[in-house]
Amino acid sequence: MTGFLAIHASAMVATTLPDAIVFAVAALIILAGAVGVIVERNPVHSALGLVIALFGVALIFLLLKDDFLAAVQIIVYAGAIVVLFLFVIMFLGVDKREVIARESLRGQRPLALALVLLAAVGILLLGAGAHYALGASAATGTATNQPGGEVAALGRSIFTTYLLPFEATAALFIIAILGAVVLTKGRGTLSQERREDSPAGDEPDDVSMSDGPGSSEDLDVGAGEQVEGSGSAGEVASVSTSVVRVPGATSQEVEE
Amino acid sequence: MMAGTLLATLTIPHLDYTAVLPEIILVGGALFIMLVTSLSRKSMGTVSSMGWTVVAACVALGFSIYQWVGVTAHGGHSAYVAFGGSIAVDGFSSMVAVIVSSSVVVAALMEEGWLRRQGRVSPEMHMLTLVSAAGAMLMAAANDLIVVFLGLEIMSIGLYVLAAYDYRRKESGEAALKYLILGGFSSAIFLYGIALTYGATGTTNLAGIASYLSRNILLHDGLLLAGMALLLVGLCFKVAAAPFHLWAPDVYQGSPSPATGYMAAVAKIGGFAALLRIFVSALGSYRADWQPAIWVIAAVTLVVGAVMALVQTDVKRMLAYSSINHAGFILLGVAAASTAGVSASLYYLFVYSFMVMGSFAVVSVVGGSSDDAHSLASYRGLHRRSPWLAWTLTLMLIAQAGIPFTTGFMAKLEVLTASIGAHVTWLAVVAMVTAAVAAFFYLRVVLLMFSTAPASGGVAPMEAIPAVVGAMSSAGTFPGKASYEDGGPSEVGEYLRVADTPADYPVEGVAYDIGAGYRYDQRKGAEGEDGGDGGEELVLHGGEMDGDRDSGGEAIYIAPSVGVAMAICACFTVFFGIIPGPLTTMAHAATMLIR
Amino acid sequence: MTVSLQWYIGLSVVLFGMGALGLLIRRNVLVMYMCIELMLNAANIAFVAFAEKLNDIGGQAAVFFVLVVAAAEVVVGLGIVVAIFRRRPDTTVDDLHMMKG
Repeated sequence: MTGFLAIHASAMVATTLPDAIVFAVAALIILAGAVGVIVERNPVHSALGLVIALFGVALIFLLLKDDFLAAVQIIVYAGAIVVLFLFVIMFLGVDKREVIARESLRGQRPLALALVLLAAVGILLLGAGAHYALGASAATGTATNQPGGEVAALGRSIFTTYLLPFEATAALFIIAILGAVVLTKGRGTLSQERREDSPAGDEPDDVSMSDGPGSSEDLDVGAGEQVEGSGSAGEVASVSTSVVRVPGATSQEVEE
Repeated sequence: MMAGTLLATLTIPHLDYTAVLPEIILVGGALFIMLVTSLSRKSMGTVSSMGWTVVAACVALGFSIYQWVGVTAHGGHSAYVAFGGSIAVDGFSSMVAVIVSSSVVVAALMEEGWLRRQGRVSPEMHMLTLVSAAGAMLMAAANDLIVVFLGLEIMSIGLYVLAAYDYRRKESGEAALKYLILGGFSSAIFLYGIALTYGATGTTNLAGIASYLSRNILLHDGLLLAGMALLLVGLCFKVAAAPFHLWAPDVYQGSPSPATGYMAAVAKIGGFAALLRIFVSALGSYRADWQPAIWVIAAVTLVVGAVMALVQTDVKRMLAYSSINHAGFILLGVAAASTAGVSASLYYLFVYSFMVMGSFAVVSVVGGSSDDAHSLASYRGLHRRSPWLAWTLTLMLIAQAGIPFTTGFMAKLEVLTASIGAHVTWLAVVAMVTAAVAAFFYLRVVLLMFSTAPASGGVAPMEAIPAVVGAMSSAGTFPGKASYEDGGPSEVGEYLRVADTPADYPVEGVAYDIGAGYRYDQRKGAEGEDGGDGGEELVLHGGEMDGDRDSGGEAIYIAPSVGVAMAICACFTVFFGIIPGPLTTMAHAATMLIR
Repeated sequence: MTVSLQWYIGLSVVLFGMGALGLLIRRNVLVMYMCIELMLNAANIAFVAFAEKLNDIGGQAAVFFVLVVAAAEVVVGLGIVVAIFRRRPDTTVDDLHMMKG
């Protein structure tokens, strides 16, 4: 990656300093968050890493003068999607750390690393040679030179060029709702229902595991609550650095 | 682009709703069922929800045919784009709409039978089928990569939930999770491909991309190549082409059988329609770059599908690998990138959807009420228990093998001809060899169904205890099997010990898990939360099991709806196998219009 | 746009690769799903950067749709996860080994 950046360091000449600083900060935030997602053992920490990364993406949007998308990014992602993730984590009472050291498939991890590196370097090299032969500068124009600014331009685009996809999202939501109904309403049986949906916490071995010495520090209930309660992504980012640990919390507390 | 965006006032493009009427009808049908279900006090019965689904699909089918006649009437000049250029109404889109809506009819019938066997009242299954079919149609009609992406997601989300429909059964949940994660992964890859293509060409509109590429010669086309590669990988995941097929066997095996049949048909239709539309039509001027990639993928897919299917002992897994093999054949048509290739692919998709859904209709009946008797052993002597099932499955399998006088023969012939026409003879040879290999495992199932020899091993004494028969016959028929799987002969003991607890009927090869499940149930009972209830249910379940599982010559009940579904598939396969003319003409006409 | 496009695309590719890597090496279903979100966001960065360079609003509109799709997909995906793992505490795919072959 650094090689790629070095190749294009000359492109930085035209860069004004404040923008470069903002970009560097945003990139750092994004990458730090992404690293957090993929290396943290506790899913709650991963979710917080995701929030950080998404916040960085919103910064990038701001840098590209897309204020509206930046706001939507934070509202939808940090405000809805990550909260949903955290809710599910808490609901399931995921208090066991994943054993990262264990590889389920031998040699899978180096293979994955090699594959991804190959793909990423491939894309970068292909892209680097391209000098972005960006043609067809569309006549639609960008945010700044249109009446009403970016939001108006986006709205106009959605209701003209992208009217059909916009209406297709209706079908998308219908199917999402249907899916949620199917998955939550139970079997809807007339007969022969096998009631085996006892909650996870009922299992004896599970209880013993959460009472065990290894798991007492794992459950970050406090952190989860703060994320759900916090309004802005800035707070979220700061929360993650001072994760509140609740010693001795068991899975039953989450269940109830 | 729309001139309106430069003006302060908003000029909404002409809304030609007839362009997307098939999609609207399908979604409208789902909404209607939803409305009736939520307004009436008790849920809509399976028969009436099936009825409304079939009605909606038939109306959509009728309108698609009407549309097809309209756009192909004047030599293809009446094809048009609507909604500001984001959707194309041409022979291709309306023919795919015909294929998809007829698949919905068959799927709705199969699902009714399955729901009834499960004793479930759940019209949501039909609604999901309808809406996800609309997504597949949208993928075929899309003239914009964003629309393709949305169609892909609408279709996929519906299929994820259908795979999870029986989520209390472990396999179904597992299938849904695998499908979900890998489907999300492939969607993300596809989306990144869209982003790079957008960067390289400046538009997401397929016609715009085509005209940009025809007017400009890119000196540095790396970005476009990367975008194309990612688009290809994303779609190959969806159509289960090797090496991106790894999800398919597990998902096919674990999902409820009718959902598997529907998924096998509609995911391939949507994925290949998008593949054809994007690569052949929009990126056609770059065919020299993407054709070799598809050749390699097609060859690997053909071989992997045929070879892996040989070693399967589960019929659903075998059909999964056989569908991978079919995907390789359809890729042959895509790789030809010619009119003949597109027409052959379309024809193949049409007849394949009926063959595969007919097969899974039989599989869903043989699977029994708990939908898990899918080992090859459960097909031994099927002819004696139910000649209709055996003959239908035989027909479907020989059609898939490509025997003459079935639709499969013409389908294979057409793609091979297209491939040879594109001067890729080596690939055609590979395809023919794999077709011969595939014929072997199809015929193996056929022979098994018609074998009258008494099953070997210890089956006979076990006839008295029907619940154990399945386990024993599988252990007896495949002596190496039990030890090949999770453990040695001791596991077989475990197997049998567990087998008489009806809570989890043993499927071969999952002895260990069954054991675990058994212990789990035991412990639950010991906890005594509702021990009495549980006991009663277990007994009840056992009684049911006896009736369904008895392989000792009792006839299998075929629900009327599933019977109709099988009859439709069988008649289609035979009729258009003997008289392939109308379909091939249709497919040829459909390709002239691709833009 | 004062920071050159290459930087944005480089960042986007790195983020995409990290998402893919995380998806391939992690076994926790929820974390795998988060990695998919990272990949979608990488595409969003690319879309917006290209849109800015191309002077075209299409990229922003695409991001808008990606947000919608991500939300819908997460709802269904987490619904499936909850439905399956309500009875089983550990959300790793290692527990899913019913089917082999």
